[in-house]
This record gives sequence, C-alpha cells and structure tokens, in this order.
Amino acid sequence: MSTFTLDDLRALMRDVMWLDEPAELDGDMSDTAFPELGYDSLAVLELAVHLQRVHGVTISENAVMESTTPRELVALVNAHFTEAGV
Amino acid sequence: MSESSRTAVVTGIGVVAPTGIGNDAHWQSVLAGKTGIGRISRFDPSSYPVRLAGEVPGFEEHDAVPYRLIPQTDRWTHFALGAADAALADAGVDPTRLPEYEMAVVTASSSGGTEFGQHEMERLYLNDPSWVSAYQSVAWFYAATTGQISIRHGMRGPCGVLCTEQAGGLDVLGDARRLIRAGSQLVVSGGTDASLCPYGLTAQLSTGHLSNSDDASRGYLPFDAEASGYLPGEGGAILTVQDAATADPDRSYGSIIGYAAGFDPPPGSARPPALGRTIEHALADAGKQPSEVDVVFADGSAVAEQDLAEAQAISAVFGPGGVPVTVPKALTGRLYGGGAALDVATALMSLRDGVVPHTVGTCRLAPGCDIDLVLDQPRYRPLRTAVVVARGHGGFTSALVLERP
Repeated sequence: MSTFTLDDLRALMRDVMWLDEPAELDGDMSDTAFPELGYDSLAVLELAVHLQRVHGVTISENAVMESTTPRELVALVNAHFTEAGV
Repeated sequence: MSESSRTAVVTGIGVVAPTGIGNDAHWQSVLAGKTGIGRISRFDPSSYPVRLAGEVPGFEEHDAVPYRLIPQTDRWTHFALGAADAALADAGVDPTRLPEYEMAVVTASSSGGTEFGQHEMERLYLNDPSWVSAYQSVAWFYAATTGQISIRHGMRGPCGVLCTEQAGGLDVLGDARRLIRAGSQLVVSGGTDASLCPYGLTAQLSTGHLSNSDDASRGYLPFDAEASGYLPGEGGAILTVQDAATADPDRSYGSIIGYAAGFDPPPGSARPPALGRTIEHALADAGKQPSEVDVVFADGSAVAEQDLAEAQAISAVFGPGGVPVTVPKALTGRLYGGGAALDVATALMSLRDGVVPHTVGTCRLAPGCDIDLVLDQPRYRPLRTAVVVARGHGGFTSALVLERP
C-alpha cells in the first residue's frame, strides 16, 4: 500500500512556492498552519494540482483546502490511498 | 466635473522601456534619437509577418520582483513592480508612513498576463488540466498588476484597472486625478505591457495595422508619406500622483490639469472620429485655450488613415502647424497598456527640461498632415503646457493636459 509522507509533501511544497527562506520547510513544521509557512489558499490549491500530477492523487480541491496543516494534508492523502485500495 | 479644489500632481516616475530602464536612461535615448527597436529576440520571429519590436534591454526580474512572486506573476507585472518601486523612490514616498486606505492603485492593462497564459495553455494542450498552474488565475487577469502593487505596499484605498488599449495610460491618470479629488493622498498609476510572445503577437496581427518591415530605422514612421503601420513594444511607466497640498513641492513634475475621453463612431459612420472633440473637452477641463499649449504628444499610429484623421483633428483644434507635435514612441513601438503612460513620463521630462524631443524616422509628412512635427533634432524652448493624446484599438480616444509647476 502506498504511503504519502511528510517528506513527499515537503518536496511538493518546494516546487509550488519559491520561498525566500527554503529552510523554513526543514525541521518540524507538520503542525504549522499553511498561512504561517507562507502558503495562502492559492498555494494550497496548487499543492492539490501537483498531488494530481505527480502522485496521481485526485482529491477535491475543497477537501484539500480544508487541510490547515501539513500533517492534516498528509493524513488526507493517505486516507485517499486507503479508500482507493492503492 | 468635480468642484474639488485639490490639485493632482505627478511626483514620481519609474520607466521600464525599450529605450532603457530608468528615467534618465530613457530620456537620454529620446534626446539622442536612439531607437529601442530591433529584431524580436524573445522568440524566433522568422515565420511571422512582423519581425521587429521594442524590447526592454537587460531586465532582471530577480532585481525588480520579490523572489516568491516571480513564478506567480507575468512579465508585465514584473515590469510594473520594478517601475512602481522606482516611482515611489523618485517621489520620496514611504508607503508605510501613509494611511493605508488613502493610498490607491489604478493601472492600465491591455492584454494581461499574455506570456504566462500562453505557457499555461501549452501545458494544457500538451498534457492535461493537472499541468495548469493555479497561479494562472491571478497572473493573467488585467488587475493582477494593480493587485500585486496594492498588496506589496499595503495600499488599501480605491484600486482598479482600466483596459482601453493604448489610451489606458491616460485614462488611469485621469482617474488618479479623480481619486485625489475624492480623498486619496497617493495614487500609484500608469501601466506596462509585455506581450512579445507568439500568442501575444499573433493576437495583435489581427488588427492588420502592424508593420512588416525588416528595417528598424524605417519600420514605424508616424505621419510619414511612407507610413506602413506600427511596431509593437513592451514596457511602460508607473507614476505616483499626489495631492499637491501634501506632496513635496520639490518632487512635482507637473499637474494633471485636464482630461477627457471619447469613443469613435463605428466604421462607415458619417460622424467624425472623436479625437478633435476629446482634445477640446480636455482643454476646456483645463481652462486652457489652444494657443496656450506648447507641445502635443500625438498618438501617431503610422496607419495612414489614422494619421490623417489625427493630423486633421490637431489642425482643427490648434490651427495648421499651430503647435509643435511629436511622437517619441517611434523609438519604442506601441506599448499598449504601457504606451500612453510612457508618453506622459516623456512629456513631463520634456516640460522639466524645456525641450521637445524629435520624431525619429519620419522624414516626409503625408499629404494632408499639416502639423508641425518636430523632426531631425530636439527643439529647445521654454515649455509650460503639454497635451498628450492616445487612441486605443477599437475607438478609445483620450487626451490629458499637463502643466509644469
């Protein structure tokens, strides 16, 4: 069964946003709210787009945007994999 | 018209143009008659009917745009962010020290984020929707530049965008004056354009008015007997407009004392184009007689019938040969959303230094164009009042009257 990890999400987050301080994503940011990391709603939407393209994960934009932290989004993706029996 | 006694003055200018990045670079090119037009280099134009354009030399978005915003914004917005920073510095304005709801932003746009959109469409056609960036939604639309300037500098006053093609740069300055009268202390205005990409150029080809010339010195000849259309360009100017009562008087380039906008009748109509009436309305708004105007910065499309109509309108208002006329955009091409703003910037420098720049390339006026077009070299004389004219594709017609301090 596929699992989606925080590191997988970190890689996507680096692709989606050109951060002035990339080191902000290192370390434990799993419970930091996306806006505090510099990811506004559009950036989170772009994460959903990249999830689809890179990992073949089709989750509704609304569901993705309800994730407020990286931990929640990783859990959402893994729940999707479980449901899809992947 | 508003009875407000507030006077709108231009206090800062930031130029990003084919003639140079920066006010001085641009102005020196204009006085030297040094063209910014050359063979298109941003893509290979050899299979296109238009191969010349005015490109901004050496623009580094990493210097002009916050790093984070670069992949979220189009080149046209990159130009404007850089020019806005320059204009604010030129004006000596620190936005963090002004009341946020009294700072407004209104810019002109013509085609929005054309190049950004083209790349996203390519990703769509070559792949599937999952390849299209979510940032397309904010990068392409006409108000993106206004929005990004507003967010970057915390300007929460009235914000907007006007899309009247080449006339936009005058319409936004007319609107800036309205906003100053309505209570804004500072308006960031003007416009830029960056549509020198295959999609952008192809869209413009549909007008049928672009020049097919391969000779950069003969490609765009306003009012010339051999005029064969205009050339496109990228860039523009951002200007800061302030209330004269609170602005630094040493920073004022001049006042916006008159503005009018009109729209041409449909093709085939017996009614004349709107230009003559529009200039008259702008002069009336300024409280000026035609004889008080020292220079006219004309639109000069180099499309024969438009040149003739414009020359006739100017002659009808000012008398044949009654006022010096010039078209510095022959050095840059038509910058659409950025064009009229750059013309205003050039006009203000002209008023400041007491010199009418010449129109480069034109050598023999077309029959019926009885205007005093300044040719060959700049004409030095004291200048006080300038009229800038702009015509946008489809019939937009605007005139702005400027007076030096």
